[in-house]
This record gives sequence, C-alpha cells and structure tokens, in this order.
Amino acid sequence: MDIQVKELIADEKQEYIINMGPQHPSTHGVLRLVVSLQGEIVKNIEPHIGYIHRGIEKMCESITYPQIIHLTDRMDYLSAHINNEAVCLTVEKALEVDITDRIKVIRTIMSELTRIQSHQLFWASYGMDLGGQTCFFYGLRDREKILDIFEETCGGRMLVSYNCPGGLMYDIHPNFQQRVKDFIKYFRKALPEYDTILTGNVIFRERSIGIGPLTLKDAVSYGVTGPSGRASGFSCDVRKHEPYSAYDRVNFNEVIYNEGDTYHRYLARIEEMRESMNIIEQLIDNIPEGSYAIKMKPIIKLPEGEYFQRVETARGELDVFIISDGNKNPFRLKFRSPNFVNLGVLNHISKGFKIADLVAIAGSLDFVIPDIDR
Amino acid sequence: MNKIELGEFIKSTDKDLEIKEGNQFTEVTVPPLKLFSLAKQLKEREEVKFDFLVCISGIDYGADLGVVYHLRSTVYEHTIVLKTRTSDRVTPKLDSVTELWATAEFLEREVYDLLGIKFTNHPDLRRLFLDSSWGFPLRKDYVDDINIVTK
Repeated sequence: MDIQVKELIADEKQEYIINMGPQHPSTHGVLRLVVSLQGEIVKNIEPHIGYIHRGIEKMCESITYPQIIHLTDRMDYLSAHINNEAVCLTVEKALEVDITDRIKVIRTIMSELTRIQSHQLFWASYGMDLGGQTCFFYGLRDREKILDIFEETCGGRMLVSYNCPGGLMYDIHPNFQQRVKDFIKYFRKALPEYDTILTGNVIFRERSIGIGPLTLKDAVSYGVTGPSGRASGFSCDVRKHEPYSAYDRVNFNEVIYNEGDTYHRYLARIEEMRESMNIIEQLIDNIPEGSYAIKMKPIIKLPEGEYFQRVETARGELDVFIISDGNKNPFRLKFRSPNFVNLGVLNHISKGFKIADLVAIAGSLDFVIPDIDR
Repeated sequence: MNKIELGEFIKSTDKDLEIKEGNQFTEVTVPPLKLFSLAKQLKEREEVKFDFLVCISGIDYGADLGVVYHLRSTVYEHTIVLKTRTSDRVTPKLDSVTELWATAEFLEREVYDLLGIKFTNHPDLRRLFLDSSWGFPLRKDYVDDINIVTK
C-alpha cells in the first residue's frame, strides 16, 4: 500500500464538518444543519435555527385576540387553517361560548382539506428530494384544486385566516359543497397514481425502507407527534384522543404503523389523505343550518386564568397555552409547535446513516421552518 | 386517574406541595429544589407513568420567573401541570429534566434563549434562536429600541 492511500484511509477516520443549508433546497427553508461526517457517515447533527425568528409569542403579548389569529397563519403556513382554529378554540373555551354545529362542521371540513393539501405538498417535495421530478408536478396540480376551493370561500389561498373567535369570517360560498365533492371524486382516482409513481418505485423503496428508524419509546421521549410519531406506533392523534370541533361525530381510523422508518413516515401521510377524504365525505352532504358566527363583543377580554388547547395539525400536536390577566391582550401565550419538537429527534435518528440518507430522513419529518422558528 | 385522584397521589408523595384543581388539569406548585425528584417520580412510578413531556413554557410573572411543565401519560391519558418559580432574576437556575425526557433538551434551550433561565445538568445549553448579544425578549422588562412594541 503506498503512502497516499494510507493517508486517505487515515483521513477517513477523522471527522470533518460541513454545513447543510441554510439555503439547501432539501431543507425546505432556512434551516442550517451542521453535520459532522466520518467519510460519508453522519456522526452528529447540530441544527442551527432562528433565521426567521419573528418572536410571535412576544408580539402576541401586545395585540388582541382577533389579531393573533392572523399571526398563527404565519407559523405553519401549510396548516394555516388548523392553527387559526387552535387559537379560536382556546378563546371560545375561555369565554364559554357555544358555537353552532354549522361552524363546527365547516371548520372540520376545512381542516381536513388543509391536511390533504399539506400532505400533497409533502408528497410532491419529498419525491423531488429523492430525485422524482414528476411528483412535484403531480402533487402541485392536485393541490391547486384545493387552493381554488379555499380562494372561493376564504379569499386567501394559503394563509386563509378564515376563523375568528366565535365562528367564521364569512359563510361558505354557494359552490363550496359541489366543488369539494368534485374534488374528492377526482382525488380518489388521482391518489392511486401517487402510489404508482413513488410508493412502489424501486429506487424510492431502496432509499427509504429501514432508513432512520425511530422506536416507540424514543418517539414518546422526544415527543414526536403527528404522522411521524404514529409511524412509530405512538398513538397521538388529538382528533381521536381529545376530539374537538366535529371530530367526535365522524368515523375514521388513526393511521398507525410500528416500523418507524422513513418509508412508514411517508406511508402514514399517504394513508392520512385517504382518512381525511373519508371524514369530508361524511360531513359534506349534511352541513347543518345555522349561524356561521356567534356575535362576540367588539373587544374580547378573557377572564383571568390559564387555558390550554390541543389540536392536530398536519405535522403533529399544536398546543396553545394562554395565560390571561383579564386584559384584551394575553399575559403570556405559548405555542407548542410540532415542528420545533420534531426537529429535536433528527440527530438521534440520523446518526450512523449516510449523508444522502439525511435528505430522506429530514424530508420524512416534513419540516416547515417558520413553525420551528416562530 | 382523574383530577382528584392525581391530587391525592401527589399528596402521598409529598404532603407539603401546593395542589390546585385548575379548570382543566391538576396544577402542582413545586419549589425549584424539589422539581427534579418529583418529575422523576411522576415519570417512573407505574401508577401514573407520565412519559410524555408536552411542553415547557417559561413565564415572566413580573417579580418572579416561572416555568410551567405540561406532562401527559400515553398509557392512562391523564395530564398534570407542574409549576415552579424562582425570584432570582439575575442568575435564575432550575434543574434540567433532560435526563427524563429527551424532548426537554430543545424545549429548555428555548426557555433559556427567551427568558434567560439556566438549567443545571443540561447537556448543551446555548442560545437557540438569537445570538448572545440579545437580551431575553420574553421578559417583561425587555426593551427593544429598534422595534418598539408597546402594550
């Protein structure tokens, strides 16, 4: 063996450090991962976050509750409607407002549409991360149909801001029910395409099965919720365990796998789209009559106390914790955002895998960076 | 366990603790020195098994700095709230619970970053979102000259 080859082998035993991000396409935003490598093997990952930290929790302390709703859109922008709902439910719980069945049902349908479009974008970008360009076009093509439905009813496409304390901003558009039904009919046919293109693809399966496994014990300890947690067998669906809005009156399955690898985190999201369609189908034909908004006082003041509300966003459990001192602004408002907590597990599950697998693992946790930074 | 049974359980482990039945959960006020031992018992005792640390919220009460822990059991589906306070605003210190719940590593770093509460025995306590030139923005006496936010 000549000296040069010996030196190369010696070098491979040394760790070296590279930056992945903050402008790396597969981090889906400004997330910087400082990766220690030994050859190709990942030894340690240190996430550096805060590039778009806006201090939403601090801003909330100086604005009123109806204003806070519009800030929550900007956390997890793919679950915008569900974030709005979380704050509204907390305020309604504190004021003991009884909202009508119509509001509950419309909110549930909207939440599920939001979940579907979020998972569609996950599928689209995840396929592209792993080298399947077609996925991106197919995914966005279908997502556009949901965004059009949003635009017609809410005015906004992504940051809908459709909820307000006490109900909804406006009633649904007359076309809403028909368009949702058309979409479900269309998407039932389109979803098997997703499986044909990506789920059954040999290259994709080779790159995802058995990669980045997370055990149930670790999933609970790291607090990994949402589809990522459920792929490890952690039954954490808030819609099942603590139903809010109209989830107590629909039948659906909590998607649970026990393998906990990248492939099953992906599969959990695909299955969730099917369950979401089931939920919408049960509700869309019988939206109850009634008022779409309860009249609230012009200045909303929460009684002194502490209020806690859980909701299930497309990425996991979002908790809103409000401490009120009786004023029109919260004394302290805390968001437990699912992405921030899920990021904590990335180092643990990526250790020992190759740097190329890191893209697959990080993608399967489906990060939305503004939700991490807040 | 329901709220009352949980309260009784806490009483049986340490009768000095202040227990309040909140409108949603049982709330226990713990002195900082007892925090870790109580948390350890709540996690490890088979009757309660609080294996999921939901969130850690740091709060500036004005005179005191406080931290609120929401714990849940994935086995029994019950929730408890631990509250602790320290009146030391210059070098506030609490025990870290990272040993018990891995998720605490990130959550405690966030609290340190935004409120300046130090957690002893934390494996890697550094600023998270902001760099070291910032103050602690979630404190009520924080003044930001550039982006003036007034209540």
